[in-house]
Amino acid sequence: MKYPLRVVSVERSLYEGEVEFIIANGADGELGVMARHAPLMTVLKPGPLRIQETMGGSEELLFVGGGFLEVLPERVTVLADVAEHADEISLERAEEARRRAQEMLAGTRTLTPAEEVEFQTALAIAEARLRLARLRRS
Amino acid sequence: MPAYRDIVRRIDSIKNTQKITKAMQVVAATRLRRAQAAVQATRPYAEKMLEVLQTAGERATEYKHPFLVRREGTRAVMILVTTDKGLTGALNVNNIRAGTRYMTEHYPDQQKYVTLGRKGRDFLVRFRRNVIADSSGLPDRPSIARILSGVAVALEEYTRGDVDAVLLCYAKWISTLKQEPVVRTLIPAEIPEREKDAGPRADYIYEPDPESVLDALLPRYVETQVYQAVLENKASEYSAKMIAMQNATKAAGDFIDSLTLFANKVRQAGITTELMEIVTGAEALRTAG
Repeated sequence: MKYPLRVVSVERSLYEGEVEFIIANGADGELGVMARHAPLMTVLKPGPLRIQETMGGSEELLFVGGGFLEVLPERVTVLADVAEHADEISLERAEEARRRAQEMLAGTRTLTPAEEVEFQTALAIAEARLRLARLRRS
Repeated sequence: MPAYRDIVRRIDSIKNTQKITKAMQVVAATRLRRAQAAVQATRPYAEKMLEVLQTAGERATEYKHPFLVRREGTRAVMILVTTDKGLTGALNVNNIRAGTRYMTEHYPDQQKYVTLGRKGRDFLVRFRRNVIADSSGLPDRPSIARILSGVAVALEEYTRGDVDAVLLCYAKWISTLKQEPVVRTLIPAEIPEREKDAGPRADYIYEPDPESVLDALLPRYVETQVYQAVLENKASEYSAKMIAMQNATKAAGDFIDSLTLFANKVRQAGITTELMEIVTGAEALRTAG
């Protein structure tokens, strides 16, 4: 059974269509959503969002850098902080972003807590992107 | 009387300027359309976010996130959105004036600024206002990441208890001819009430719990508002620029017209003088002969 799914980021809409199954990276671990899932609102951690239009069929991969997942009886919405299609992610760019974040963290300059959080997030996002890009490649 | 050649040279130079202003007008019109599309693109996310915020807020009624608590005190940080480049008429001046005036009126104790846009930053720095962060030089369609650092600094000020409010000032796009400076309070955040006839809301399972969802949502909500303001300010910028350049093109045209008239007069005067000289010369020769 299919249900309508919509993935939006602040910048644009990334996915709109009927799907049977998605797997997202929730705050309490991975979770899969099929039709008639109980209404749910959860925080997403940076990671892949796997979309299967038919159960067990070919998968569409999206990268989500944190966000929210809302499951309603009639539809499912993902509010993504930074979202992009897996094919848009370049391995080099992700690698560089991670290196930058690590340098910042290891730097001699003392960081304010807000900056620290910002860099930790940047690092987490960069690593998740890398994992996803590698997954895509293999 | 100036030489005829000089006036013609002046007309040519104004014609060149007119070509430039005309080109800038066309470019601004194109970019305006793109900026408007960018504003449109943020709508689905913003609307959805508000909806989720309202339902989560209804669930976690006892819980008061610090962003929702009204503080007594008159210290504030303002996120001031302006353009990076000039030639936009009175847009930036209006913005800066509205923003700073609001701050001195309502928050006399302490005023801090986060600037998004070179014009606002340069103005505030020149007048020795307290600019605590700046993310200027944003492209036409910036990714939200570009503005986050500035917003983070403002939010941190509030979280630390150094200020009592976070404000946002930008130029609201009303029509191509009209843009208005708007000052909005981001924190304490006012979540607009959900419409009564929206129907009953499904009761969610919150993971991990409504409070953490609200915790994560509120900063996003603020960021989204700033992001939308930046995009809308871009639309205002190009509208204002388009009109300013249209006026400049027209003014150049008027200038060329009056100068051409003047040039013709000068030329005619020259011819008349020469004719007079010839006639007088011939007359003198005849009487002498």
